[in-house]
Amino acid sequence: MSEALHVHHDTAVGHDVHHDDHGHHHQSFISKYIFSMDHKTIGKQFLITGIVWAIIGGLFSVLFRLQLGFPGQSFPILETFFGHWAKGGTIQPEFYYALVTMHGTVLVFFVLTAGLSGTFSNFLIPLQIGARDMASPLMNMLSYWFFFMASIIMISSLFIQTGPASGGWTMYPPLSALGQASDGSKLGADLWLISMALFIVSQLLAGLNYISTILNMRTKGMSMTRMPLTIWALFFTAVLGVLSFPVLLSGAVLLLFDRNLGTSFFLSDIVVNGQILPNEGGSAILFQHLFWFLGHPEVYIILLPAMGMCSEVLSVNSRKPIFGYMAMLGSMFAIAILAFLVWAHHMFVTGLNPFLGSVFVLLTLLIAVPSAIKVFNWLTTLWRGNIRFTPAMLFAIGFVSLFISGGLTGIFLGNSTIDIHLHDTMFVIAHFHIVMGVASMFGMFAGIYHWFPKMFGRYLNNTLAYFHFWVTIIGAYLIFWPMHYEGLAGMPRRYLDKSIWVSFNQFGSLDQMITIVTVIVFAVQLMFVFNFFYSIFKGRKVTSTNPWGATTLEWTTPILPGHGNWTGEIPEVHRWPYDYGKDGREFIPQTEPIGANESKH
Amino acid sequence: METVAMNQIEKKKLHPHKFTLWVAIASILMMFAGLTSAFIVKSNLVGWKDIEIPGIFWVSTGVILVSSLTIQMALRSFRQREMSQYRLLMGITFVLGTLFVILQWIGFNKLWDQGIQFSGSAGAGQFLYVIFGAHALHVIGGIVALAIMFVKAFFGKIKLYSAVPVEVMSTYWHFVDILWLYLLVFFLIIG
Ligand code: HEM
Ligand SMILES: [Cu+2]
Repeated sequence: MSEALHVHHDTAVGHDVHHDDHGHHHQSFISKYIFSMDHKTIGKQFLITGIVWAIIGGLFSVLFRLQLGFPGQSFPILETFFGHWAKGGTIQPEFYYALVTMHGTVLVFFVLTAGLSGTFSNFLIPLQIGARDMASPLMNMLSYWFFFMASIIMISSLFIQTGPASGGWTMYPPLSALGQASDGSKLGADLWLISMALFIVSQLLAGLNYISTILNMRTKGMSMTRMPLTIWALFFTAVLGVLSFPVLLSGAVLLLFDRNLGTSFFLSDIVVNGQILPNEGGSAILFQHLFWFLGHPEVYIILLPAMGMCSEVLSVNSRKPIFGYMAMLGSMFAIAILAFLVWAHHMFVTGLNPFLGSVFVLLTLLIAVPSAIKVFNWLTTLWRGNIRFTPAMLFAIGFVSLFISGGLTGIFLGNSTIDIHLHDTMFVIAHFHIVMGVASMFGMFAGIYHWFPKMFGRYLNNTLAYFHFWVTIIGAYLIFWPMHYEGLAGMPRRYLDKSIWVSFNQFGSLDQMITIVTVIVFAVQLMFVFNFFYSIFKGRKVTSTNPWGATTLEWTTPILPGHGNWTGEIPEVHRWPYDYGKDGREFIPQTEPIGANESKH
Repeated sequence: METVAMNQIEKKKLHPHKFTLWVAIASILMMFAGLTSAFIVKSNLVGWKDIEIPGIFWVSTGVILVSSLTIQMALRSFRQREMSQYRLLMGITFVLGTLFVILQWIGFNKLWDQGIQFSGSAGAGQFLYVIFGAHALHVIGGIVALAIMFVKAFFGKIKLYSAVPVEVMSTYWHFVDILWLYLLVFFLIIG
């Protein structure tokens, strides 16, 4: 708390005075790159940490896909690397469950929450609203370092004797609460919970800062409805996070008590290995409520930044105003509200009261309305545009495609009657990987390709970028589309080996294909990582301040802005950010005053 | 020049730090909402045990109420630039806050000695430790902040007589006070 109280006023408001052309105070390496309070550097820290996590989490999926595609087959190289986890070169059950759990945890929280909104909220909010930095640079720095500590603890759990948590990324008790029940529920689960608690603190610090920066520190003329949609999306993301993460924190604290102090919040009438436990009166379903009260908003925390950035990229590269700015705002607002009211659609088969269930069906299906509005607006923005197929643009279009495909299957699942059949099958895996996992990844790639020049003053290599895009989009559909069929046939998710089910044998070669494509797609992501780091140092240099011909404020800063972003005064804003193709001009920057006989948009 | 800019902004709208505090309060409330609704859900299940709130929690209620009063007076003295009175009142608030936490601790021990402990079947007692404990942690956070301000008021050279940090501090302090009242009433009615 004390941080919020004594933050310096200089960064907050009138920093103008000491920012002349080059007179920047000399900083040591440590204060410039490590314990930096510059929002741009912190954004890059989130990005690079996120990339490291993505490689780790992605590798996990390659490993468990090996087991799913080729059950029981020996890959001696695995034993070399993982020892007793892969005895004889086959992935052992405990290892498999650890991999699945860590893949989910890492990708959902560390990559697509911290890596995505952490990177772009930090980087873009001050630049696009015209602020020198965040409302509290100190809290901002702390948020990164809490995330870093959470990362270290999560990584350390990979190296302990009993292995990391392995009860699924949702961490449902009683499995996750009882060390006797599985190796992964021993020390690994405690480390998981502690790491997540730190992670939540990091997200709260970050979210508080994003909200108060957006509401309080906009430059002159930047009214709320002149903000780019990216900022609106990041704003709603932060609001969702600030209101839902604390609830997960309470669930995590109660689970820690159950695990270590013998309380019975989630435990009741349990027999493990013939031993009767004293716990009584607890409710495992209670944890599911607490978890999904965060969990569902969380999926939108992941998706909204991607939606915002893609709106921006689509508009800039169609050279057309975004279609339906107010409708976009309205639908994001509706999504943010509804996100809190649908959590029980993850719990249709828990014995939920059917009447309550039908209320949640209704609310869940309502979310399809704002989602459809957004899709319509993106497509209309593209319609008859002067489309420039930059890599960022391709990824943004890919995002729209994936969001449509995955959103449609959500409507299947939202009907509780159909969900009884589909729950916990590969159909759900297909649904949320397409609509959340891959789509948000595409949003992130769109963001990286689009703002890399602003971040590092250089471009990414285009040839590699196009290759990256095409392999990834084709690969993603090849991997996840067939899972719908598997799920409709009833194939469960999270199973180590389904070969004893004769009816699933027909999917044997399909699963092999999926695994092979997974390996290829993973390799191409490594190529992207190479492109990323190579281009930071060796990429083609950016020579103009506004390479994409965009209207927003970040392109009015120097090519490589210093701490404080603008060398002179912060520019004043006179118009909304989507004046493309207006009055015969390709684009009009937000800083340009409205002309005398300008047409209205 | 800097102060001029700042004053203008302060007049125009809520200071960013105060605003941040309000959002933080919403966030903290969500955590307690999560915990108390878990309580309600669970109190309808089998094996639930009610408890009697030890009387000492009434004493701590009195203490924290008075401390809200003293911090409000401290804020007023700060605004009137009566620094010695400000320091005195901050000191009293600090002591009362600490006393509150100690009283909570004694209350926990009383309950514990009555046999209401962590292990075994569920009940209001287990929730009480978690919920009141989480509240006490938020008070401790406030005490630490108070201590820092107190030390600063003695030793720091105050260049800028900005009331914002004191205002933020007092708002937070009132918040933990009201939160406590809510929790107490909650336990009295539903516990
Ligand atoms: C049209 C809108 C959508 C509807 C109606 C919908 C509905 C559902 C339902 C009912 C489930 C539960 C399936 C089950 O476990 O049996 C589900 C799972 C899931 N959905 Fe959606 N969804 C929609 C959009 C989205 C979006 C936009 C995202 C992410 C950004 C998302 C992410 C997820 C995730 C992560 C899961 C599975 C979590 C797990 O069990 O591990 N969904 N969805
Ligand atoms: Cu959901």
